[in-house]
Amino acid sequence: MKSFEYSAPNTIEEAIESLGNRWGETEIMAGGTDLVTSLKQRITAPQRVVSLKNISTLREIHESSDLIQIGAMTTLADLSNHSTIQKHFPSLVEAARSISSPQILNAGTLGGDLCQRPRCWYFRNGYGLLAQNGGKSLIPAGDNRYHAIFGNDGPAYFVSASSLGPPLIALGASVSVVGADGKSRQIALDDFFRIPKSESERETSLKPNEILTAIHIPLSGLNNSVYEIRHRHGLDWPYATAAVAFKLSGSKASDVRIVLGHVAPTPWLASKAGKSLEGAEVTMSSAAHCAQSATQGAKTLSGNAYKVPMVKTSVKRAILIAAGIQMKG
Amino acid sequence: MAKEDNKPLDSGISRRGFLKGVGAGTVATGMMPGLAPENAQAAESAKIQGPGEVPITLRINGRNRRVNVEPRVTLLDALRNRLDVTGAKKVCDRGTCGACTVLVDGDPIYSCSMLALEAEGREITTIEGLGTPEHLNPLQKAFIENDAQQCGFCTPGFVVACASFLEKNPNPTREEVRSGIGGNLCRCGTYAGMIEAVLDAAEVQKGGN
Ligand SMILES: Cc1cc2nc3c(=O)[nH]c(=O)nc-3n(C[C@H](O)[C@H](O)[C@H](O)COP(=O)(O)OP(=O)(O)OC[C@H]3O[C@@H](n4cnc5c(N)ncnc54)[C@H](O)[C@@H]3O)c2cc1C
Ligand code: FES
Repeated sequence: MKSFEYSAPNTIEEAIESLGNRWGETEIMAGGTDLVTSLKQRITAPQRVVSLKNISTLREIHESSDLIQIGAMTTLADLSNHSTIQKHFPSLVEAARSISSPQILNAGTLGGDLCQRPRCWYFRNGYGLLAQNGGKSLIPAGDNRYHAIFGNDGPAYFVSASSLGPPLIALGASVSVVGADGKSRQIALDDFFRIPKSESERETSLKPNEILTAIHIPLSGLNNSVYEIRHRHGLDWPYATAAVAFKLSGSKASDVRIVLGHVAPTPWLASKAGKSLEGAEVTMSSAAHCAQSATQGAKTLSGNAYKVPMVKTSVKRAILIAAGIQMKG
Repeated sequence: MAKEDNKPLDSGISRRGFLKGVGAGTVATGMMPGLAPENAQAAESAKIQGPGEVPITLRINGRNRRVNVEPRVTLLDALRNRLDVTGAKKVCDRGTCGACTVLVDGDPIYSCSMLALEAEGREITTIEGLGTPEHLNPLQKAFIENDAQQCGFCTPGFVVACASFLEKNPNPTREEVRSGIGGNLCRCGTYAGMIEAVLDAAEVQKGGN
């Protein structure tokens, strides 16, 4: 790892002031579970690392009658053990706990989970976020078994690694970001994730000198769940995830949101699928129909077609779990 | 989205700009005579350290240990290479195996994925702090009795992770033990023995046989 300067300011303002305005010049450190590895792998070689560990307000959780606000530095362990979150958001608890390594849950933060860099093996081996050689991506003709089936019109083919992003978007979450002017702005989480168009961009709408400070989730009584398909239950990321949230009145679903994870460069809003369930009774067959429509528009590469049936299965199962319907087989 | 520009790399960030709020010209030197304790602490935190070696104090197994490390040094490397606390092992060095597990304020973390500077002010417990060959703790004994290791290289990390798990789950089911050790890997595959060891140690702690 290249050497760097380090500071751990006490306030957000100081932290912002010590950040540079170009990517890679400085890096923000939260729990370090992703960043320390990226530094060792020289995916980034900043001049300075700015740690958020001393900014206590970033660890606070505030609740009102219709909203919960979670500080970006809340660890995944604290998130999944919080009583309000357990009561209202089983999808978040499940998504966090499925990361399954207590060590990562204890050190890793919610902000870090949303901002973690992709696991694409081209990226992690120094080929850049877009894995291009002479302006052309290496991925379509290369080993793309873990790459995107949605949002892959190029130039990006990696998949978003965040497990918390999809259920948070399904729940209608937004994030607070503090920028260089010291002002806070709020962005729907759905707009926070971006598909980069060039190597100088990253995967979120953050600027290099901006800090994600809090995540806000409306307490609107939505049934919610996630269903992940994983190769192994620990120390790895899912192949495909479906997060769903809807209002259930009787057996009818409304305000349906279905968000896929680990299949596109961002969490992927399956809006057609959501519409197909809107106003419908949640049954085995409506769930299956909705799951089928969630696969529409998938564009498989040479090695990742297996993700399509996984999307279908995970959407169907997530809907049934959220509605409390027992699954047969 | 940020646009790339062509400014030289070192022009964009300032060493001094953000010290404004701290209000002491002495801060940059790291010497803060006469500052009230809370100001001293603020100045300490806002200070830019490195890239050269920085003197820090780590609290390891109940003792304060002073060490000089560059900011890039991980807690694992500080322990092993600087402080001769070699129980935590380096295997993957990227947060995917658990061999380097230590407790920070009682919670297991991967010491390969935490900078030494980030661990300042926290209570660090390594395998050396859990028991000694003469005074093994019940879990260490149970590992031996259940033949819960083969090559033994992952063992310190497992024992530390299991000890913290047991403390939080004194009455675990087999399934809970399985997920409790989900952050550690054993290439020899001695999981069955380890799960038995944790269940046995739980019994001993409850005052059973
Ligand atoms: C073996 C392994 C398996 C894993 N499996 C999963 C999984 O299944 N699902 C999953 O979702 N994750 C998984 N993870 C990733 C893990 O959840 C992340 O590493 C963790 O959440 C990152 O949090 P952190 O606080 O450690 O972030 P850091 O490592 O400190 O930071 C990560 C990135 O986010 C940026 N950042 C962090 N906080 C902020 C902020 N507040 N504002 C602006 N930028 C910020 C940093 O600059 C850095 O680029 C796994 C990790 C490992 C090592
Ligand atoms: S050496 Fe730290 S997790 Fe493998």
